[in-house]
Amino acid sequence: MSDYRIQGDTGEWEVVVGLEVHAQVTSNAKLFSGAATAFGAEPNTQVSLVDAAMPGMLPVPNRECIRQAVRTGMAIEAQINKWSRFDRKNYFYADLPQGYQISQLYHPIVGEGAIDISLDEKNPDATGKRIGVERIHVEQDAGKLMHDQHPTQSYVDLNRSGVALMEIVSKPDLASPAETGAYLRKLRSILRYVGSCDGNMEEGSMRADVNVSVRKPGDELGTRTETKNVNSVRFVMAVVEQEAKRQVEVLEAGGKIQQETRLYDPDRNETRSMRSKEDAHDYRYFPDPDLLPLVLDDAFLAECRASLPELPDAKRARYEALGIAPYQATVLTAEVEAARWFDALLGAGVKPAAAANWTTSELFGALNRTGRDIENSPVSPAQAAELLGLIADGTLSGSLAKQVFEVMLETGDGAAKVVEDRGLKQTSDTGAIEAVIAEVMAANADKVADYRGGKDKLFGFFVGQTMKAMGGKANPAVVNEVLKGALGESVAS
Amino acid sequence: MTDLTDIGIAGIRDGVRDGSFKAREVADAFIVKVSQAKALNAFLVETPEHAIAAATAADTAREAGETLKPLAGVPIGMKDLFCTKGVTTTAASHILEGFTPTYESTVSQNLWDAGAGMLGKLNMDQFAMGSSNETSAFGNVISPWKRNDGGNASLAPGGSSGGSSSAVAARLCPGATGTDTGGSIRQPAAFTGISGIKPTYGRCSRWGTIAFASSLDQAGPMARDVRDCAILLEAMAGFDAKDGTSLQLDVPKWEAGLSGNLNGLRVGIPKEYRVDGMPEEIESLWQQGIAWMKDAGATIVEVSLPHTKYALPAYYIIAPAEASSNLARYDGVRYGIRDLPTGAGLQDMYAATRADGFGPEVKRRIMIGTYVLSAGFYDAYYTQAQKVRTLIARDFERAWEMCDVLLTPTAPSAAFALGEKSADPIAMYLNDVFTVPSSLAGLPAMSVPGGLDKQGLPLGLQIIGKPLDEQGVLNAGLAIEQRAGFTARPEAWW
Repeated sequence: MSDYRIQGDTGEWEVVVGLEVHAQVTSNAKLFSGAATAFGAEPNTQVSLVDAAMPGMLPVPNRECIRQAVRTGMAIEAQINKWSRFDRKNYFYADLPQGYQISQLYHPIVGEGAIDISLDEKNPDATGKRIGVERIHVEQDAGKLMHDQHPTQSYVDLNRSGVALMEIVSKPDLASPAETGAYLRKLRSILRYVGSCDGNMEEGSMRADVNVSVRKPGDELGTRTETKNVNSVRFVMAVVEQEAKRQVEVLEAGGKIQQETRLYDPDRNETRSMRSKEDAHDYRYFPDPDLLPLVLDDAFLAECRASLPELPDAKRARYEALGIAPYQATVLTAEVEAARWFDALLGAGVKPAAAANWTTSELFGALNRTGRDIENSPVSPAQAAELLGLIADGTLSGSLAKQVFEVMLETGDGAAKVVEDRGLKQTSDTGAIEAVIAEVMAANADKVADYRGGKDKLFGFFVGQTMKAMGGKANPAVVNEVLKGALGESVAS
Repeated sequence: MTDLTDIGIAGIRDGVRDGSFKAREVADAFIVKVSQAKALNAFLVETPEHAIAAATAADTAREAGETLKPLAGVPIGMKDLFCTKGVTTTAASHILEGFTPTYESTVSQNLWDAGAGMLGKLNMDQFAMGSSNETSAFGNVISPWKRNDGGNASLAPGGSSGGSSSAVAARLCPGATGTDTGGSIRQPAAFTGISGIKPTYGRCSRWGTIAFASSLDQAGPMARDVRDCAILLEAMAGFDAKDGTSLQLDVPKWEAGLSGNLNGLRVGIPKEYRVDGMPEEIESLWQQGIAWMKDAGATIVEVSLPHTKYALPAYYIIAPAEASSNLARYDGVRYGIRDLPTGAGLQDMYAATRADGFGPEVKRRIMIGTYVLSAGFYDAYYTQAQKVRTLIARDFERAWEMCDVLLTPTAPSAAFALGEKSADPIAMYLNDVFTVPSSLAGLPAMSVPGGLDKQGLPLGLQIIGKPLDEQGVLNAGLAIEQRAGFTARPEAWW
């Protein structure tokens, strides 16, 4: 249970949140027409006769969009309805050429499922919560109005008209901005693993309607408001926070919450009323008579299931079983591209824990610094495996490995080649190390005396001096061992 | 010399094939007839160039020794509900005035692919809503028939395919396309003494046909006899991947399968089709039809379709509900007329465009449909009507345990005079009482002329068949045709 509470004048308030996420289905063609769906195309260049609702045009379901919705449902272990049906949602607007949206109100294709979230990446198992998903249905997107093209007229771009969306409806199981954010991120992660939505919120591929209500702990559910079309995780979290606060203020001032549709203004970080319940459309839903019920056979379902990849939770569990720390396992599995990269690295035969350490610190650090994503990583899994191999066999120390990695990032060369070209090989030559240590001790006789007098902390100083004198190429383990012997000789006496 | 406009589709096809005459001669003969029949107002657009091009293609193919297409040399009329590429298509509504599709409906394309030519676009009830053609925005079609009472009343050609029925009956074209949602092929066929068949729902693609009520709309042919209907239907029907409700089945060879021998056939007579106030003449024609069926070798069984009386109310909920949604796209934004009052916003534009563009009957049905789908009324009307629809379909399924086809009158009256019923929508709706149940059940059904009433007006008999059994329907129709010897035709006054 979330301990998120809003402190009001009359006491503590809980917030209850449900999300309706609209996720654009990854498909080359629209839900009911053959028109293309590429983002950013010139206005009205991806419009078929069906999308423009020309007289006599009929919708025909695109199998790929149906398949993606089913795979998504399977990924959240939801009930897949082998019989579902499309309904028309009727309303007039200039971005809706048919005068109705084809959706699924009464019989959605996917029933109840669940998504597990964790509130603390460092401790994912202990801070987990299961969020119910009520349903997933597929529906058409609308077009887009453009108000800035003409002084007195609005233009409409129908490129998006008819594009397939999945509406993923959560149960009102979310109880804080953090939970809401975690749910949305996890959902996005699953969609991207499955490949059913690119999850790109900036391009509008994912948008959320945020249902928020507040109540005193233990009370019945309060009246909710719905804030429409919020297009980033941060904004969704802000909506929960601001809207809950606003509702508490209204209620504590003796007011009532109106069931209404609201909009979020990111510039002012507040929600604004858009449409009250009284103005709400009567959508006159009814089964679309142009479309037969959608009946899925077992072979189709089996194909959908067989095509599912390993999903984030399963992957994280597998990583943890390999000895990878939970935090690192979480980080490595959050994004499908990173997980794919890391799986390739594991496939090259590296030690999992060391590889996870190196990937999450060295590689992710370097990518962050250079502003790249892992798909454009300058270092391939094979190259990383080579580098990790050189560390494991003692050829490179940690610090040498860092140097080699930096060169690899710059040049794109393999680790062995860098070691060879730059002479960065680590030395474990005990004789050479002993000679250097003897020099260091001779030059710092006072510190040797202090150490022997009990200042143990000076040990690090001697390690540093030795490594410095050897240009960082000494094997740290050998240095430690030899130093301990050399410094300890007189102490023992 | 034979009048080429008198010989029907099979005759034209065979004559062009065997070189008795040229397709061009046929086209020219009909083009002249069409141009001389303006008084019937059957054609909204005349397309002689289309008919001539098809005829020329047929003649050229014959001269080259090629195998002629099934409808080579046959010019037809096209109901204006079918979108025709480059030819204005309005569904007889002002709201689509000036709309010229850039695409060809599947049914019309199938006909052109079979070699047919188009004489023009046929007038109809606006958006196929009506039973008399009086709802056309471009003036009603007038039936070529007159009562023999010495009066000169203009009669309704039936509806909604009234341009089709009038044109075929007046020999302006040997056949025409129709569409049937609740009787729009069969009732006008009956009113004008021609034949027409509505096939099983899904036989003909709805793609490119302007929608009235999607779950009911079905295209079909109207022609002078059963054989011509079979020939046309073979060309019109067929699976179309662009229509999700299209049946993925091969088109049977209906013409080749025609036989008026009904030995072993069980003909059901539904007792619920005896309605109050039905003219005696219709009852006696029905009895005559039963006798003809027996004569053709059939056995007669009385059957019951107990939910028949609920069919009309259910139909007038379901069809308007679908129409209210289907017609939402006529909003003045992309095609057709646009009324944009000064200073108007989007909602004002919708209101002005639709108020101006739709006729009163279309508005009435949009209002009914909007009402029955609205919150709080949906279950009481729409859901209930769907349940009734299921029960009606079940009535038929039970009847098929006892019989193979059903025989009924097509309409409860002969053609009425224009204006006679237009003030009373319910009286008008009652005209569909015999045709609506089979529409709700998606069954094939046809009307064939049975005889004339005392006023000299044609009356039709309806045959309803099992799903996909167009052959059984056509054959029963043929048996009646062979025995009725219906040769009456309207005298030209136009």
